[in-house]
Amino acid sequence: MRLLTHNMLSSNIKGVSNGFPLRIEVGKVVEKQVDFNADFLRNMFPKIEWKAFVDAAKTVGYAELPEEVDSSALESEEFLNKFHHALLELHLEEGALVCPETGRRFPVSKGIPNMLLHEDEV
Amino acid sequence: MWYLCMFFHRLLDYRKAEVESLAQLFLDDKDKWSSLEWRIPLHHHPDSPFHYVNLPSEDAARNIANRSILVKGIYEIWGEGGSYEELEESIRSYPDERKLPYLEPGTTFKITVDSFGKVISFQDQNDRIKGFTYIPFKGQVNLKNPDHKFWVMETDDYGSSNGLPPVEGRRIFFGREVGGADRSLLPTYQLKSRNYLGPTAMDAEIAFLMANQALATPGKLVYDPFVGTGSILVAAAHFGAMTMGADIDIRVVRDGRGPDCNVWSNFKQYGLPMPVGLLRADNNLPPWRSGLKEVFDAIICDPPYGVRAGGRKSGGRKLLKGTVDPYTVPDDKRTDHIPSTGAYSLVECVHDLLDLAARMLIMGGRLVFFYPVLREDDNVENHFPEHPCFKLIATSEQILSSRYSRVLLTMVKISPYTEEIAEAARIKHIDFRENHLKWLEDGNLHSAVFSPDPQLTATGDSKLGKEPKPKYRGKYV
Repeated sequence: MRLLTHNMLSSNIKGVSNGFPLRIEVGKVVEKQVDFNADFLRNMFPKIEWKAFVDAAKTVGYAELPEEVDSSALESEEFLNKFHHALLELHLEEGALVCPETGRRFPVSKGIPNMLLHEDEV
Repeated sequence: MWYLCMFFHRLLDYRKAEVESLAQLFLDDKDKWSSLEWRIPLHHHPDSPFHYVNLPSEDAARNIANRSILVKGIYEIWGEGGSYEELEESIRSYPDERKLPYLEPGTTFKITVDSFGKVISFQDQNDRIKGFTYIPFKGQVNLKNPDHKFWVMETDDYGSSNGLPPVEGRRIFFGREVGGADRSLLPTYQLKSRNYLGPTAMDAEIAFLMANQALATPGKLVYDPFVGTGSILVAAAHFGAMTMGADIDIRVVRDGRGPDCNVWSNFKQYGLPMPVGLLRADNNLPPWRSGLKEVFDAIICDPPYGVRAGGRKSGGRKLLKGTVDPYTVPDDKRTDHIPSTGAYSLVECVHDLLDLAARMLIMGGRLVFFYPVLREDDNVENHFPEHPCFKLIATSEQILSSRYSRVLLTMVKISPYTEEIAEAARIKHIDFRENHLKWLEDGNLHSAVFSPDPQLTATGDSKLGKEPKPKYRGKYV
């Protein structure tokens, strides 16, 4: 699971009002190279919840991202490279996503988060 | 300028829709908002492979043809006629300034004789080529790699097996090729050499057509909520799009059939970039954070219609019927608990899909999906799903059996997802939950497709007067 996906997901258990961001429980993190596409990054940037993204990156061991940023940063190639790396190249291969409200663990195995709810959670 | 577009004679309903979609990718902004003009050549049937199309530039024509799957060629027509005498007259009167640049010394060329619905012998082909001495070719012939390809295309009979009515009159075209589909990617991607397959893996050709309808290009994010073995996303990734997929069945997305036989390996097999995200999620209860919207450029999918594979959603059979209360998972069993799922009716599935797409697609983004229709319904156009955020721009039918077909729907998001629309969807979602059995009954396509045909079992001859259904536009056409 890349941080792009993490930034889009929340716990949707019935009754949970704020299931975002999911806390990352790290088992194993791997790096996988992805072709750089500046247009894609510029399109994605405004959709990203930045604070959650920076925190998630720190959790998986990448602390190079600025805490606060606005769209002017997209002019900088250095920033785009860091953004690209954090968004697409860091994978949570094994671990879990934890609901911030209930503590429910959504396991991540072989890079695939299992977001399916139990019977008593829908 | 008018170009002749010759299609491969298959998937007839998909042909113009594909060209129209690709025009959105390759036409300049000022041209692309009006739909393309089409014209049928004299004596030709609307299902014939020959169509004239008006395109603003040769570059646009070339790009569309080269990216397409169903365009055999797009040609600048120098002349056409009902006989070779008429053709000569027509070519002679075509302006020299359009012809001479392609006839110059130092260039290479080739003339190919093609026909539709009949075979022309090698000797006859040669005779026809020799008949073009009135065109002042100054270049050298090069059969392998010519600069300019000229085509003579002749029809006086559509042949017997391709489902077209008899030809009204002979028509011969002479033109210069501008571009054509690269069908060599179909054998590369054909399912029989794919490592990981499921029972409903999407055929490569159709998957590419879906990716074209969705305008998949580099820099775009394409999502498939019923990803399965990833067969549709493979086509989108081939055209350079970033892909993301979800499925409710974890065995499919996570495990596959082993380390080199899973969704990831299907991308690796073709050297394509892996999906940027794969997850297990229920389309009925999508786990997207609130506030997230307009992230996908396109959503492409083949929803489960309940004929070959049925949809599933969270909640057990008895729970959805309302005969039992939700099972409370004991705390010590929570980690390994496998939640039960129940049947997911087509109507509910499509409702959820439209709601998801309305929220998650960018403005102008495309939703491309298959929708099944029973062929008994005479007026199918009225039965396609609708949504206030979407405009239906293309419907392409593929007949699957005498009982049902699937129609590829292409929708464009034309208005934003508002609070009111979200609220209406939430109320509908509750209605589906509370009246699970009723909706399951109403949306059951399986029994309609597989129950005995009333026409065959009826004893009287009351049904015999009914028009027979068209047989062509079947599997191969």
